Amino acid sequence: MEIKMDLISVDKINSMGSAEKLRFILDGVKSGNIVILEGGLTSEEQMKLIELTMTEVNDDFPGIEISGYQAKRSFFNLRRKPRLTVIGPAKVMRTIKKDKDLISAVVSAV
Amino acid sequence: MKLRKRRKGILSRLLRALFFRKVTAKIGIYGPPNAGKTTLANRIIHTFVDENEDIGVSTEVPHETRLAVRREDVLIDLKSKSVQNPDLNTIPSSNVTSTSDSPKPREGKSKLKLDIVDTPGLATKIDFHDFMAFGLEEKEAKKRAKEATEGVIEAIKWLDDIDGVLLLMDATEDPYTQTNIVVIGNLEARSIPVIVVANKMDLAEASPQRIVDAFPQHTVIPISALKGDNMGELYREMTRRFR
Repeated sequence: MEIKMDLISVDKINSMGSAEKLRFILDGVKSGNIVILEGGLTSEEQMKLIELTMTEVNDDFPGIEISGYQAKRSFFNLRRKPRLTVIGPAKVMRTIKKDKDLISAVVSAV
Repeated sequence: MKLRKRRKGILSRLLRALFFRKVTAKIGIYGPPNAGKTTLANRIIHTFVDENEDIGVSTEVPHETRLAVRREDVLIDLKSKSVQNPDLNTIPSSNVTSTSDSPKPREGKSKLKLDIVDTPGLATKIDFHDFMAFGLEEKEAKKRAKEATEGVIEAIKWLDDIDGVLLLMDATEDPYTQTNIVVIGNLEARSIPVIVVANKMDLAEASPQRIVDAFPQHTVIPISALKGDNMGELYREMTRRFR
């Protein structure tokens, strides 16, 4: 079984509104794709994504695996700039190691 | 626009903290499933309210708490006999490093009135098969999974109405999970005070230092909610941080 990866540019992500962005990501993941976002999602967006995911969990879709680098602080330490976020279906993706600058994940077909 | 919104949130919190300080702070106990949130909530209630009162049931099955439970009017009194008990104030394990490098805040007052909110465990996935591994029938496992998803949503919604957070982590597990990072990021963005609690320090494989290393910007208090180890330090930090 093939697993598709969508690498989304920061420009594409920034062109979407918050709700549209989350819908786009979740639709991709529910289709079985691994979605990689250049620029990443903020903590607030990730929390909203978890909330949206929980409304759609069912017997066939147990949820998502999400991983990303911690946001970098900028603008006098006030603004947190996300870097990269990887989201995949929990059924096929599993993070095995993660630290500040490295994410190791395994992807296995069901 | 978003930034302006966030700044407004910080400003209103600051104004509220300065001029409209609440008599009772709502403190949420957050964390992943099976970190010991309900055990901690029960420990606090047993110490300061009634030793026979339980806020909830804790078991080894994840997502045992699927509805947030609020216990109002809990008076944390550092001068009460139960906190003066030396067993609550010492760290029995010699290899434990307790707090972050940040300077210690000044000593707070000895009393603090709280509402404790024990929240369901936060997770990004809930698979009913995981419950079947604990012996639940398929129908029951699916029901529990559904309730658990609703619990996660409820826990997230409570963040809008909470004044402080005890973020519980299992000191035997890797703390650097995305859920922990997302919760901490949200609390920082909302300027909600947080104490990271490294639970299960009584277990041989516990490593609170790993939590300190993962979140060096926050105070980390190692405890055993089950055994009551080091609870005095946690209560003291709560009276400093949550007033």
